Amino acid sequence: MKRRHRRIAFVVFALCSLSIATALILNAFNKNLVFYFTPSQVAAKEAPVSRDFRLGGMVVAGSVRRDADGLTTRFVVTDNALAIPVVYRGILPDLFKEGRGCVAQGKIGADGTFYAEQVLAKHDENYMPPGTM
Amino acid sequence: MPSPATIGQFTLIAALLLAAFQAILPILRKSSWLPIAIPIARWQFIAVAIAFFSLVYSFVDNDFSVLNVASNSNSQLPLNYRIAASWGSHEGSLLLWTLMLAFWTAAVSRYTRHLAIATVARVLGVMGFISVGFLLFMLTASNPFTRLIPAPLDGRDLNPLLQDPGMVFHPPMLYMGYVGFSVAFAFAVAALIQGRLDAAWARWSRPWTLIAWAFLTCGIAMGSYWSYYVQGWGGWWFWDPVENASFMPWLVGTALIHSLAVTEKRGAFKSWTVLLAIAAFSLSLLGTFLVRSGVLTSVHAFATDPKRGIFILGFLGIVIGGSLTLYAWRAKQVGLGSPFDIVSRESLLLSNNVLLAVAAASVLLGTMYPLVIDALDLGKLSVGPPYFNTIFVAVMAPAMFLIGVGPIARWKKASIPELVRRLRWAFAVSVIGALVIPFYVDWKPLVSLGLLFAIWIAATCALSLFERLKGAGHQSLLSKMKSMPRGYYGMHVAHLGVAVLIVGVAVVTGYELEKDLRMDPGDIVSIAGYDFQFKGVSDVSGPNYVAVRADMNVFQNGILILKMHPEKRLYNVSGNVLTNAAIDTGVFRDLYAALGEPAGPNGGWSFRIQYKPFVDWIWAGAFLMAAGGVLALTDRRYISTTRKPLEVREAA
Repeated sequence: MKRRHRRIAFVVFALCSLSIATALILNAFNKNLVFYFTPSQVAAKEAPVSRDFRLGGMVVAGSVRRDADGLTTRFVVTDNALAIPVVYRGILPDLFKEGRGCVAQGKIGADGTFYAEQVLAKHDENYMPPGTM
Repeated sequence: MPSPATIGQFTLIAALLLAAFQAILPILRKSSWLPIAIPIARWQFIAVAIAFFSLVYSFVDNDFSVLNVASNSNSQLPLNYRIAASWGSHEGSLLLWTLMLAFWTAAVSRYTRHLAIATVARVLGVMGFISVGFLLFMLTASNPFTRLIPAPLDGRDLNPLLQDPGMVFHPPMLYMGYVGFSVAFAFAVAALIQGRLDAAWARWSRPWTLIAWAFLTCGIAMGSYWSYYVQGWGGWWFWDPVENASFMPWLVGTALIHSLAVTEKRGAFKSWTVLLAIAAFSLSLLGTFLVRSGVLTSVHAFATDPKRGIFILGFLGIVIGGSLTLYAWRAKQVGLGSPFDIVSRESLLLSNNVLLAVAAASVLLGTMYPLVIDALDLGKLSVGPPYFNTIFVAVMAPAMFLIGVGPIARWKKASIPELVRRLRWAFAVSVIGALVIPFYVDWKPLVSLGLLFAIWIAATCALSLFERLKGAGHQSLLSKMKSMPRGYYGMHVAHLGVAVLIVGVAVVTGYELEKDLRMDPGDIVSIAGYDFQFKGVSDVSGPNYVAVRADMNVFQNGILILKMHPEKRLYNVSGNVLTNAAIDTGVFRDLYAALGEPAGPNGGWSFRIQYKPFVDWIWAGAFLMAAGGVLALTDRRYISTTRKPLEVREAA
């Protein structure tokens, strides 16, 4: 009888900890989802205002400008329908080029500029960001 | 004389026929034929090896009439990278995978002579079946020997990121690990078919699992180091789906090693062990699929070549679904094994297993969810690294605590007051150390937490060794130490590896410094007591690239201690640019300088300068863990099982 009670206690304990773990995992998961938007979706105000998201498109040829500090880069990202200006401070990845695809992560400012914290380049040179026409 | 590519094509077909025969042999119900399984397994290995070396030869020989060579190599490419380019492409890496599988199959046929032939034939049959899947896939949808007529004059070159010593060693290591889990999987499936699982089954599976796990550990560590110095700009882990793909089988494989130990020693939780063996290999297959199908760049990559996608998904479905169905059907017969108390080494190991499984499941969720959502056209999203970091610290913290308790606790029934008494000093030392040591730099909660677990693991290892030596009679210390099994030492070496890794992760995360800045020639920047002076840039040329090389002097207290030369390379053929960072490696810190782009009118450049304390401890820890696995493998009881025939009970 005692062994059986212990077994039940063990199972109940295991189930409780598993459900707590599941709840915590799903909560952390929900908080850290980063959504992807095209410039057209951002222009149509579909993107969240206060939350990080990813913006993907082509870097418009001739749009890349560097500030005097040598680190801040300004460029325009387009899906060939609409375009969004992007500002990024830091060193750009090797695959970042005008006329090529690019995905940036950051927030949209009140001025309509996208302030990127990260520019991603985990793909090869033939990559086309989704949603680019 | 046929070209190597033609020979490769024919030997692949031969390997397919051999593998198919190997797979159906145990079903034929002709017991007199069963011994043929062994030579067939070896011939299959030889056939795949010839195919593989034909491909390598085609690359070395610059045979651009082979599409794979033309797309991934170039006559300017140095020889070592031409060889490594053989597994740089989708097709070539699948051939490497199949070669590894054939290698493990041949190894099983060599080292299982003590087992009943029916068992061996079944194990080889399961492995043959997997081999059939991969060979069929290569021959129908992803042939590494496809011809390109007319042949181009030169190839399109290998992706510069892959032109690195890391590429030469990382994929073979990783695949040895991935595919090595197929042995434990095959043993498990064979045992389920047979309906008999006992301690002997666990003893056979253990060395195979250990060696695969050690390879996988090394492979992941090398991948992490590679990304640190090439792609990552100083980051060492990104929770990138490609990394997660190799990490999930590792987590489950780690659980499997511990679970097998319990099944062998105590006969407990057999069904769970079998399930882990199935899961570890299924996740290896899933990982291969994720990384090699292009599904990660875009799930719609498959739309361009649906044959590949459907084949792989179908094969995954058959292997994973089939083995799980078999498990559901036969698990009852396997039984639960001998009972144990709520507080016992068994229950502690079971808790550790559950934690590792939860960690693997949450990584799986974070990796697969975006793919599923995208495939269903419900939107595009990704899961940020903070999710993985939060979950990982939360789930691994109790597991790290258990590493200290598990090896001390008694099997079957342990008592909490006794454990508290034995562990109190180790606990006091780790708490005090964790609270005090960070004050020497800057007290941070996460650093303190990391040190707590690292010292705890080290202290309990020392305690375990001390108790064993004290208790073992009146022999000399040396003979006592010699008489303890290698498996015991292997366990502690691996656990110390975990401690070293935790120190590395905690310290580098807590105290690393990073500066992105513009420097004109002559400028000096100070970081963590080191003064980096930018002297200027010069042009240099490599075998297949031209580069801009920066000249930097690093001073400490006004004394020149080293020169660093970060480069920016432009590859001739592909036109790709690659940053080649300069790293000065030290036991307690790395200095890291990467060259950005030209900036400003005065010949200035942008730089990323980093100070990375204890970062090398991460990889040192991982290699210690792998070394522990290899040490455990040399334990007398595994060596004796391969030499002495065991009593093998065979199902009638």
